[in-house]
Amino acid sequence: METLESMQVPVEACISSSVSTAPVTTLPPRHSVLVRITHWIITLCFFALLLTGVEAAWIAVLTGLLYAISGLFTGHFRKDLLPGRADLSWRALSTSIAKPLRLERPSEAEACSYNVLQRLTYLFVIFVLFPLVIWTGLALSPAFISAFPASVTLLGGRQSARTIHFFVSVALVLFLLVHVAMVCLAGFGRRTGAMITGRTATRKEHT
Amino acid sequence: MIDLSRRKLILTGLAATAGASGLAVAARLAQKYGLVPPDHGGICGLGETLTFASQRLLTRHSLAREFPPSQISPRPFPNELAPLTEDFKRLQARGFAEWGLSIDGLVVQPASFSISELKSYPSRSHITELVCEEGWSYIAEWIGVPLSYVLHLVGVHPQARYVVYVSMEPNTWESIDMADALHPQTFLCYGMNGNELPVAHGGPLRMRLPRQLGYKNIKFITRLTVTDSLKKFGKGVGSAASEAGYAWYAGI
Repeated sequence: METLESMQVPVEACISSSVSTAPVTTLPPRHSVLVRITHWIITLCFFALLLTGVEAAWIAVLTGLLYAISGLFTGHFRKDLLPGRADLSWRALSTSIAKPLRLERPSEAEACSYNVLQRLTYLFVIFVLFPLVIWTGLALSPAFISAFPASVTLLGGRQSARTIHFFVSVALVLFLLVHVAMVCLAGFGRRTGAMITGRTATRKEHT
Repeated sequence: MIDLSRRKLILTGLAATAGASGLAVAARLAQKYGLVPPDHGGICGLGETLTFASQRLLTRHSLAREFPPSQISPRPFPNELAPLTEDFKRLQARGFAEWGLSIDGLVVQPASFSISELKSYPSRSHITELVCEEGWSYIAEWIGVPLSYVLHLVGVHPQARYVVYVSMEPNTWESIDMADALHPQTFLCYGMNGNELPVAHGGPLRMRLPRQLGYKNIKFITRLTVTDSLKKFGKGVGSAASEAGYAWYAGI
């Protein structure tokens, strides 16, 4: 296989041991189909929601639910996002922070999975920021809070719900900016390609 | 191989038919139970319909939060007013004694009420938050007669589905479905914080429904029309606000 031979990464770096005996053509995609599709739907909705749009909110929430439920069942969160015990050390954390700050491009092997900082950030965005922005958004609906008044009293009333909603939105925008910056650092074309086609195998670029 | 693809074809066809007819049945049921807002068309229509339908199912009988008197906002924000018309100023000069609210459409007894007649009916009040689309909000005591009381007085025909209400301000009209029109907190509101309703807040008469955003609570209302369809009002999307691109259902 031309593409595999020219890859810079040892095959084992990208495939789990359970499938390592399978023919090379079944190399699992870097991102599953579902992750890729939901990623881009959420991206579109996110931009729409920065302006306005109840409809985009519906699509974003339904897509997010699909992603969260399938992530639980396929083990996506456990395998790809939950940091390993060994990774939760200061040394691993500081390396993952320092490397991009020195503008060091991650190796292909590193790009095959997420480092501890990425894992913690994605988990925070998926399980804290997004649920919080949905909750504080619902707390701004006079009809919703008439049925579920605790949803707004817990947040300290409408105006503080609104403040939290905006702060979380800003946090999500910051995440988006850093996310795109990191994608650029790691190679925009290749990383974006991986999120579109799922493939990471690339032509040999250097001699 | 041919069998397999034929089976696949048949199964796909059956699934598509079941899906399509399921959607058609859902749309029929939604129509029948009044879960489709008048602005269901256009690019945002699906979102509006999902929001309205799910909130109607969840909140048909829910009551807006009421607050203790200590929470009343000391300086309720008076929204910017369009210049008052000459007709309005004439009525204002006489203390709104000749202000009339007419009710027509699908009612047994079309009628007109003065402010003092409305005040002679059982008066109700609630301390609720007025919430603007722009973000600001304040809490006030609102005093009035429940719209349901006046609708019962004139007698509403069973096919009624909406109440259209019109302001004296030019091109300002709104509508609500019967679930909101008959809701116990929906008032024809003539008083605020123990006093007359100030002109800055819509006096002598405004619609007050605390489960929807401020722009449904229009000021200076002079006319109610009970109807079974909003098609013949304006462009048929239910209000001047939704013609301008706002959501007709503002429970949001």
